Amino acid sequence: MAITVLKNLVKGPDTIRYPSQPAKVTEATRGHLVNRIEDCTFCSLCQMHCPADAIKVSRPDRTWTLNQFQCVICGCCVSYCPKDCLLIEQTYLPPTTEEITVTLKGPDEEKPEEQGSGGTRG
Amino acid sequence: MSRQIIVPFGPQHPVLPEPIHLDLVLEDERVVEAIPSIGYIHRGLEKLVEKRDFRDYVFISERICGICSFIHGATYCQGVEKIMGVEIPRRAEFLRAIWSEHSRMHSHLLWLGCFADSMGYENLFMNCWKVREKILDVMERTTGGRIIQGVNRVGGVSKDIDAEELKRIASGIPELRADFTELTRIFDEDLTVQTRTKGIGMLPRDKAWDLGAVGPVLRGSGHAVDTRCTGYGAYDELDFKPVVRNESDCYARCMVRAEELFTSLDLVEKAIDRIPAGDILTKVRGNPTGEFHARAEQPRGEVIHYVKANGKKNLVRHRVRTPTLANVPPLVHMLAGCELADVPVIVLTIDPCIGCMER
Repeated sequence: MAITVLKNLVKGPDTIRYPSQPAKVTEATRGHLVNRIEDCTFCSLCQMHCPADAIKVSRPDRTWTLNQFQCVICGCCVSYCPKDCLLIEQTYLPPTTEEITVTLKGPDEEKPEEQGSGGTRG
Repeated sequence: MSRQIIVPFGPQHPVLPEPIHLDLVLEDERVVEAIPSIGYIHRGLEKLVEKRDFRDYVFISERICGICSFIHGATYCQGVEKIMGVEIPRRAEFLRAIWSEHSRMHSHLLWLGCFADSMGYENLFMNCWKVREKILDVMERTTGGRIIQGVNRVGGVSKDIDAEELKRIASGIPELRADFTELTRIFDEDLTVQTRTKGIGMLPRDKAWDLGAVGPVLRGSGHAVDTRCTGYGAYDELDFKPVVRNESDCYARCMVRAEELFTSLDLVEKAIDRIPAGDILTKVRGNPTGEFHARAEQPRGEVIHYVKANGKKNLVRHRVRTPTLANVPPLVHMLAGCELADVPVIVLTIDPCIGCMER
């Protein structure tokens, strides 16, 4: 034990002062979910397969809503996304005291036929 | 004869990591009987199987437990793969074994820390968790999750570990072995640990068997029973000897876990040496039909995942027999006759995971 104490004195603390210091992340870290809304076809596959029911998609309104408190960042939606517009980013979201819901609105439909064919995959 | 009183212990108690309630019937300072009650954190996860696609349910089965999550996911997948007749790639089985053993090491280190804390040995607690962090780093680097890995899929695993990373894991093993040696030495020789554990919470060899104890509790009472010896997954190629102690007390159960750290390291080393090249995921088509009991060795003992399906995308039934549930009757036996001050230490030696048990 004495050796451990001496090592600790020389080496300093093993912990980091999160959140003032950023948390350590790796390339594979599942930090938080993002959607590149301009590519999204609102097919609702992510909503159907979300194990935590954190995603709500409205095709008529062209909105994609994520409850970040409910999302467990499992990556299930990412594996189903036909357009690969869902991504998991490495950084963790900062701690908050209030529930955060992100609502993204897609650009207005310009080419109805093309958008329709993407949507049928859902 | 002194008067009997009942002292409630839990579900909220400083040493209890999770909520279990015990009514301790005391005569002076001696426990005459312990009456357990559970049901504080039932989440109904098994019921969800009827509403989720069997592929998506893997993520829910992983969340049954916050410590041994990987093995829950892998065992559920084993069950579904069996009823679907899917043979998963050999590399995926080895990857599952590598992650399972890392999961076991991190769970045992977490437990050793909590156990030291239950004796008031804060410094040892911090050192155990410091070493555990190295295991979690490997998990995060290779899977993306520190605790919930999320790499199990029906048909294999979703992430591979490349040769460079395997080499990096292998190169970290000597350092981990040195850390484990130092920790084991403290648990083995320190007077504080010995006085709080030796001869306390006795579970005789025949009683352990009769009461259906599993895992380190059973192995601490002299039975060489380990589900990994049945050779599921890659364990048919990874030979090892289960750690067994004959003292049958808290010390024996603690040392079984400490020594299992080395077994897990050896298994990781062997798996890295023998891992074959190839695919990691088999495409699964159709829906499952049939039923199967999948068994696996978790850090706390044998876990059984029963799955039943009728050809639809949702399973009909998913039932989990967790090791903690099997270890509650032995716990009640151990507590009868002990001193009140020893109750926290004895309760911790079964490594209670109530979140797992109640799901």
